[in-house]
Amino acid sequence: MSGRILVRGATLPGGERADLLVEGGVIAEIGGIADAPGAHVIDADGLIALPGLVDLHTHLREPGYEQSETVLTGTQAAAAGGYTAVFAMANTFPVADTAGVVEQEQRLGRTAGYATVQPIGAVTVGLEGEQLAELGAMARSQANVRVFSDDGFCVADPQLMRRALEYVKAFDGVIAQHAQEPRLTVGAQMNEGALSGELGLAGWPAVAEESIIARDVLLAEHVGSRLHVCHLSTAGSVEVVRWAKARGIDVTAEVTPHHLLLTEELVATYDARYKVNPPLRRAEDVQALRAALADGTIDIVATDHAPHPVEAKECEWDAAANGMVGLESALSVVHQAMVETGLLDWAGVARVMSETPARIGRLAGHGTALAAGAPAEVTLYDPSAAGEFDVARLAGRSANSPYLGRRLPGRVVATLHSGYATVLDGVVRDAHEVAGLAASASNGGARG
Amino acid sequence: MARAVLSRADIQRGLTRISHEILESNRGASDLVILGIPTRGVVLARRIAETIARIEAEAPPPAELAGSLDVTMYRDDLARTRTRTPAPTQLPPGGIDGMTVVLVDDVLYSGRTIRAALDALADLGRPRAVRLAVLVDRGHREFPIRADFVGKNLPSAKHERINVRLDEIDGEDAVTIEGGDA
Amino acid sequence: MRHLLATRDLSRDEAIELLDIAEDMAAVQEREVKKLPTLRGKTVVNLFFEDSTRTRISFEAAAKRLSADVINFSAKGSSVSKGESLKDTAQTLQAMGADGVVVRHPSSGAPLVLATSGWIDAGVVNAGDGTHEHPTQALLDAFTMRRRLHGAASRGRDLDGVRIVIVGDILHSRVARSNVWLLDTLGADVTLVAPPTLLPVDPSGWPARIGYDLDAALAPAPDVVMMLRVQAERMHAAFFPNSREYSRTWGLDDARFDRLPPTTMVMHPGPMNRGLEIAARAADSPQSTVREQVANGVSVRMAALYLLLSGERGDA
Repeated sequence: MSGRILVRGATLPGGERADLLVEGGVIAEIGGIADAPGAHVIDADGLIALPGLVDLHTHLREPGYEQSETVLTGTQAAAAGGYTAVFAMANTFPVADTAGVVEQEQRLGRTAGYATVQPIGAVTVGLEGEQLAELGAMARSQANVRVFSDDGFCVADPQLMRRALEYVKAFDGVIAQHAQEPRLTVGAQMNEGALSGELGLAGWPAVAEESIIARDVLLAEHVGSRLHVCHLSTAGSVEVVRWAKARGIDVTAEVTPHHLLLTEELVATYDARYKVNPPLRRAEDVQALRAALADGTIDIVATDHAPHPVEAKECEWDAAANGMVGLESALSVVHQAMVETGLLDWAGVARVMSETPARIGRLAGHGTALAAGAPAEVTLYDPSAAGEFDVARLAGRSANSPYLGRRLPGRVVATLHSGYATVLDGVVRDAHEVAGLAASASNGGARG
Repeated sequence: MARAVLSRADIQRGLTRISHEILESNRGASDLVILGIPTRGVVLARRIAETIARIEAEAPPPAELAGSLDVTMYRDDLARTRTRTPAPTQLPPGGIDGMTVVLVDDVLYSGRTIRAALDALADLGRPRAVRLAVLVDRGHREFPIRADFVGKNLPSAKHERINVRLDEIDGEDAVTIEGGDA
Repeated sequence: MRHLLATRDLSRDEAIELLDIAEDMAAVQEREVKKLPTLRGKTVVNLFFEDSTRTRISFEAAAKRLSADVINFSAKGSSVSKGESLKDTAQTLQAMGADGVVVRHPSSGAPLVLATSGWIDAGVVNAGDGTHEHPTQALLDAFTMRRRLHGAASRGRDLDGVRIVIVGDILHSRVARSNVWLLDTLGADVTLVAPPTLLPVDPSGWPARIGYDLDAALAPAPDVVMMLRVQAERMHAAFFPNSREYSRTWGLDDARFDRLPPTTMVMHPGPMNRGLEIAARAADSPQSTVREQVANGVSVRMAALYLLLSGERGDA
């Protein structure tokens, strides 16, 4: 099967039906293909073919927190969700703040073979917000880092943020900011508003996010740098980014699937599966985020896939860890929140979940339109599948999904990465098999 | 179908007889307390106290003779049935120490309620003697308990149901039996 | 009643039933034999993740007067991480056969998690969770008001039209939250008075009037003034400038107390900061219900334990 794959009768993002012949790591042919001798045939009748999804915001947890996730299990989760590339956040242990750590991360991804793992470098040493990490060394390393982030923490010091924004211009880098004013969110547990007052949980006010975004877009304008804002969660943040873009500031923004679908009311159960940072917000915020994603104010969807072990969630709310797994469910959630509502078509989904994230992260070989000669990074999605999202859909090591027991539309049927299938018939393929395919694909020289 | 076994007049006659018997055994109405067990025992105790006040010139007024004794907290089936809502316990102003206490209930059956009532009484004081008056004794005792004053002995089958209905609560005076022909 | 977690979801009938049973329990407290055999053979665990001697001994007295066996479990300062210890402790209690768990926890929602997690079968009483609720405190406050207003004729009554002013750190007060919901359910008219920094940022969903001016709130001579404790740590986090300004602006000092009619009840959930939120004269006056509140706490907690632990398990 590493040889040739014929995808028969898929629907392209634009709506036209086509056959795709995958060979030698690229899409060899697209259109009406009469016959492809020896090819493994995937019946894609009724399936939508998307360029392989790219996640700009994934926590793979390795090294350091392998009880939650590893590069292998995290990329298996990615493949299950139709992703062919993930940007791995820097808050590992040790922190990804040197060339050595990011190169190791990338190597682990290549060996596993489920998806391209593109490391993100820390902005500051140890994510401590005090001293710039070796941004240049990470950029020049084999990992070719272009995205830098202290995600989990905000680069709160304005002078440090200014310097970071300026410095990464040298290699076309971007700072991805986790916008959270730390002093306004001491001990914060959920969105601050009427409900936090009733539930007696310390509030995480919208202004703590909005004020940092406002500051950062002005800094980016002042120094002429590129800024990326992680996980926008409030209507006010949308307004700030909209204003910045209208002013010509080079800013991009992401929204998570959960902020497109879930609201703070879920917190009333004190079920820590719903604890996440930034927190779930109000229904008005969800509507504003959807509208912003539809009109391009928000550029991309990024999962903020954040695996945690059982004990970090089966406890009282205050003690629980922030975060949700999201790779396996992202496409279904976007389908429900954006496509079923008519806000986005499938070409739009390809844009916000594949093309634009690859472009923001300067990742070659991903996010290219399905065309002859394009890299064979393909997701086949069955939009008519429906049912309860259950634990069997989760392929990573952790099960902290807020969607378990919820009805979500659609299902990833197959994922093709580097010309071979990582998921077939909705099932993630065996790790040894995929590692073997990855080894032979890279020996074949189709893709470096 | 419910079958009437005691009429209004039967009930009245029974209570009048019980009242006379109480006075006779107590040799008058002195040092006497009539305690009804909620809900219908309280009504019956009050009627007995009123009857006693009518027939015995030296008897204290009904409010000083009759009271109520809730046994909910002393029952042995609290974990086996739905949660019961207790009713107030109200003792006459003289208390029960050294008195003859006549417990009053509508139906005597297993004897468990009276067992609970004896425990409840012991926590409230030390009566000189405790007697038991019931409107209906239907048999099937599970405890070594017997009534001193009985309005009517009514042998019944276990699957039958005895309903005591009283004016003050149910708007009529009647005792009926159900389920006998099932 | 399966659990008592919050006053928010108590109906009027449930609340009045509990208060009425507390009247029966109060009557027992006045007898020579203060003990009932009701919960013989049942085990009640006081699970305290936070120190509170008063609340614990009140529950302990309540359980013992109902003849339950009481185990005090202080889980504070456990070396295990906070999260693990709740689940582990719950499973320990389950293994010990606890029928009821009285839980005090610094995290809002912890009793709900305990009740709904499936870790234990026991009935759960919330004895104060974080800044969320403290339902038995609100019930004993309502019980105290009802008794003062209606005396022996309290049974079956609500607090319709009773005007109550609650003053102080509403934001961090589980007592205030539980009181607001319960008093509203019972028909009372509640006004909250606090510096704006100590009010929730959006109290629009609270069934209460909100004000910043204590003198204005006291002018119409409310039936009840409830003063809340000011925690020392608030003074160091810029919620207000200093204790002098707080006490001058939001304290029940002698001048304000003197302007109240003698019929106005003065309440405090304790422990009091005399001279800060309440002057000694007000606290020690006949209008003060502080000591009744303590006695009534035992009666109300007996009623709660009775409702939770009698009846078949699984009863709604």
